[in-house]
Amino acid sequence: MRFKRHEEARSDGDLTPMIDVTFLLIAFFMVLINFTEADQNELIELPTSVLAKPPESPLEHPIFVQLTKNGTVILGGEEVPLSGLKPYMIRESEFLRLKNKSAADATVIIRADANAAMGKVQEVIKTCQDSKFEVFALRAEEDIN
Amino acid sequence: MKFRHPLAHEKIELQMTPMIDIVFLLLIFFVMTFKIVAAEGDFNIKMPLARPDSGTPDESLLPPLKLQLVADDEGRLLADGIRLNGQVFADFEGLHAHIRGLIGDDAGPGSVDDAEIEIDADYQLRYNHVIDAVTAVSGYVDADENVVKLIEKIKFTPPKPPPTG
Repeated sequence: MRFKRHEEARSDGDLTPMIDVTFLLIAFFMVLINFTEADQNELIELPTSVLAKPPESPLEHPIFVQLTKNGTVILGGEEVPLSGLKPYMIRESEFLRLKNKSAADATVIIRADANAAMGKVQEVIKTCQDSKFEVFALRAEEDIN
Repeated sequence: MKFRHPLAHEKIELQMTPMIDIVFLLLIFFVMTFKIVAAEGDFNIKMPLARPDSGTPDESLLPPLKLQLVADDEGRLLADGIRLNGQVFADFEGLHAHIRGLIGDDAGPGSVDDAEIEIDADYQLRYNHVIDAVTAVSGYVDADENVVKLIEKIKFTPPKPPPTG
């Protein structure tokens, strides 16, 4: 029998299975990582509903309006009082017009806190309607039972 | 020119240590940022600003449905707070069963498409009750995990002024 002296000197364990498993784990966590958290706010606790299923296709022109339980709105990561919504919506509709779209093409996604007053939500809807927005989506969290 | 003659038994050794370092770093990064987030879904509501002349309802065979939700000062739903066209329901399950009987899954006189409901909620009412109401009227999940739609046209009454005092 012939021994290769040179290679026999390193008696490493076989690294291949460990690297296989590690790459598998990395792939697993990479797939599951959620990058859409940028438009979700920790302050808001969404109401739950069994019917809340993630949409099949992403919305074309989503505009996020987040309403906290104190009645303030979060627009683009900034917490402002409800009166700050109107100039924001006017700006959004101007922006849509520059892109040859009307405000009716956009969807206003309302992420309101479960404990927010309904009147505040309706005021948000009214403010958006004044800027000619028509399509709304009330966001709820999926109820897992 | 001098070429070094390749030895037959010389192998190019891969340096494994840096790769494993990076791989573990990546692994730790993804493990740390991993967070289970419940999926979110939307209830779509198409609600253009009401024009003064749009008083006549659509050519629906069903009577217009008007759901009233009455709350106390704290925003809790009253025990008799769920009223559909004046009929009081104890809970949203009862309302849901009633709506299901009214609309029906089969194509009756009132098919799914033309049913319309208007929700009239008090100012103080907490939003999660409204979502419960919307859930009760807009559909249910059947035994095969499919969503069956009931009423899709949901609108809200114009906002009420906040209660004074």
